[in-house]
Amino acid sequence: MSALLEVEGLTAGYGAAPVLHDVSLTVDAGQIVAVLGANGAGKTTLLRTLSGQLACEKGRITVDREDLRGVKVERMVRHGIAHVPEGRGVVTELTVDENLRLGGLWRKQKPKLDGIYDLFPALAQRRNHLGHQLSGGERQMLAIGRALVAEPRLLLLDEPSLGLAPKITAQIMALLRDLRDRTGLAVLLVEQNVRSALSVADEGLVLALGRVVTRNDAATLAGDADLRHVYLGF
Amino acid sequence: MTTVTAPEKVTTNRPKRKRLSPLAVVIPAAAVILALTYALPPFRNYQLATVGAYLCVTAGLTVLTGLNGQLSLGHGALMATGAYTLALMQNRFNVLALGILAAVAVTTVVGGVIGLAAARLRGPYLAGLTLAVATVVPSIASTFDTTFNSDQGLTVALEPPPDAITVEQWQAWLCWAGALVTVLVIAYLVRGRFGRDMRAVRDDETAAKLAGIGVARTQVLAFVLSAACAGLAGALFAVLAQSVSPGAFPLTLSLFLVMAVVIGGLGRLSGALIGAVLLVALPEIAHSIAEDAGSQRLEGNLALTFFGVVLVAVMLAAPGGLASLRLKRNKQKGRT
Amino acid sequence: MDRFLYLTFDGLSRGAVYAAFALALVLIWRAARIVNFAQGAMAVATAYAGYSVTNATGSYWLGFIVAIVGGLVLGALVERVVMRFVDHSSPLNGVVVALGLVLIIQGVLGMIYGNEFRPAEAPFSRDAFQLGDVALLSRYDLFVFAAVGTVVVLLTLLFTRTSTGLRMRAAAFAPDVSRLLGVPVSGMLTLGWALAAAVGSLAGMLVVPTELGLHPNAMDLLFISAFTAAVVGGLDSPVGAVVGGLIVGLLLTYVSGYLGATVAPMAVLILLVVVLLGRPDGLFSRAKARTA
Repeated sequence: MSALLEVEGLTAGYGAAPVLHDVSLTVDAGQIVAVLGANGAGKTTLLRTLSGQLACEKGRITVDREDLRGVKVERMVRHGIAHVPEGRGVVTELTVDENLRLGGLWRKQKPKLDGIYDLFPALAQRRNHLGHQLSGGERQMLAIGRALVAEPRLLLLDEPSLGLAPKITAQIMALLRDLRDRTGLAVLLVEQNVRSALSVADEGLVLALGRVVTRNDAATLAGDADLRHVYLGF
Repeated sequence: MTTVTAPEKVTTNRPKRKRLSPLAVVIPAAAVILALTYALPPFRNYQLATVGAYLCVTAGLTVLTGLNGQLSLGHGALMATGAYTLALMQNRFNVLALGILAAVAVTTVVGGVIGLAAARLRGPYLAGLTLAVATVVPSIASTFDTTFNSDQGLTVALEPPPDAITVEQWQAWLCWAGALVTVLVIAYLVRGRFGRDMRAVRDDETAAKLAGIGVARTQVLAFVLSAACAGLAGALFAVLAQSVSPGAFPLTLSLFLVMAVVIGGLGRLSGALIGAVLLVALPEIAHSIAEDAGSQRLEGNLALTFFGVVLVAVMLAAPGGLASLRLKRNKQKGRT
Repeated sequence: MDRFLYLTFDGLSRGAVYAAFALALVLIWRAARIVNFAQGAMAVATAYAGYSVTNATGSYWLGFIVAIVGGLVLGALVERVVMRFVDHSSPLNGVVVALGLVLIIQGVLGMIYGNEFRPAEAPFSRDAFQLGDVALLSRYDLFVFAAVGTVVVLLTLLFTRTSTGLRMRAAAFAPDVSRLLGVPVSGMLTLGWALAAAVGSLAGMLVVPTELGLHPNAMDLLFISAFTAAVVGGLDSPVGAVVGGLIVGLLLTYVSGYLGATVAPMAVLILLVVVLLGRPDGLFSRAKARTA
């Protein structure tokens, strides 16, 4: 079986100076891959390129062998890609319910939100609250929940633990693992919080200055003291 | 000169060469104009005079919008203030110098009141408020009709000029004297601390405040300065037309003034001059086209459309809008 | 007292038109953060088109429809051809470009139709019904209320009940996030302009028979009143725009009725100054941010 997401020789960035150089990676269905690296390594740029917000200058991006180069951002969701940006991207002027509905609008049929509310009972209680009335953890759950409404095959998740209490981070990581196991969702997870990312990921990928320096299964990476020291700083 | 390399230096890089003293520009200009008034036929002299009168107001506006970042759509109304003041003063005292001084003084006060409000407003709010000001002129003229005589307006009593020169020549002298004094005053003002403060406020209000610049004070002063200029221009227009009426200061005039400074290039007195010339030349060109076509409907409307098209084109062609019209200028200055 | 009643109804009828026009301004402000200073000129243009059709066919309603559809088209065109390419880093850029459009539209209208007032017929009688000795409302006033009321209800339904409305709101509030969720943001912006311009055209059609008639500058004062109405309500608030419109309509009518018509523009200016300096965010913007 070939991988769900295949990236080969990707070079991308902002204008004249590329941030990513010759990046290759694969994510299988039902696999969580953590993208690790210091600030400025190109992690967010990678996600933004995959979801079409930045142009791919060189290389190939395919999902299920479908070429995604040149596909517009607003069409990506139709290719099964959901991107939860850093800072969560909850539309604070809309209610919880409206935010969730927004996730499923690209489909003809009415989105089924009940499953999401089952997954996040905290959101169910606040469905008519506005986005800006939610706590940080609730916003993160809402953003992930909204991405799930689209029923994606691949979830691009940027720094879900940012600014959250460890307990809530752990909940979110557990949820990702659960989703992977139940639905076969593939996740590309960008994290600064290496420990919690590797606790949930199957594999890890280390970016440094826009290049992939290593890729290995999560347990090995977590145990590799040199690597941790040099690239991840703990 | 070498080209500017570091992008962050573009705005701060002042040309190294010594700038011409304003007097070194104004005195030769005065001589040229004086010579012109003897060479030109009366109608051209009248047009020359009109350019001078327009230059007064566009010079003030280019300071307000270009250097201080405030957009006023109400300067037509300020011109009306100056014009009516002059008319009332002339009809009572018939001393032109006194009339002009009073016109500038009264408009300065009115501009101060609007400026105080303007300093608290930004962007579209300020534009909307000044637009509303521009539309009340007929309303005021009709409401206080015993003073302003409604739509008919007032005639302006004027002493005839000396026999040696024509009326138009005298008008050109008068208007250009006003214009050159305005330009001189503004040129000296913006070179100093006031100019620096205005640019600082325009570029970043918070930073300006942190640097100890009185933001509101600077904005009000800029508005008052431009209002005084508009008052002078209005007074000169009243002299040119020898009458004042609300119809001479329609909303379109206020819009034309903004167009002129934007098209001429913001924040520069030479831009104000280009704008003033355009304000006279474009309607003239449109007029001759309309005459050739024999169509009355083209008259006026063609100029309107010209202005609109040029304005939209300029704004779309300049990638950063108004701000880039300023930047481009700096770069050019750096090269020449 | 009779006069007061009459003026009140007249003011509400005028206010309904201002409300529709203010609503058009608010729609574009919410979608694009631009105050469309060309709204008045655009409405005049479509009113000319509408009345041209009415005069050619003899049917007011055909002209009415042409004007509204013309508004949709003109709004979309202005967004696609011009406003899309304006740099919006400074709010002044949009204002200046809109003013350029005003000059173009007024110039072109003047060239086609001339600069004299053209009479415009009302579809219903403007004679007020009598209740005892008191003149209250005309059929035309009722038509105005019905038309504006319909628009308000339709817009409310659109924004609160439909997917398209949700998309439009999301695209306006958070364009980048909306794109990631599959919302065609630029299409929503065009739609916002089209809808706003159509509402503006409706207001234009409603106001023309009550004023001197069609003229390239016919909406200059209407624009100021509507801008004031939108500011009174807070530029962000559709509810505020409607209430603001009614307030301005009443104020103008009372001032015209008791102090004289020439005083009215000054009253609008004073109201605008007072609101801008006293409550620059309008009377309703805060409440709106909490409830919508």
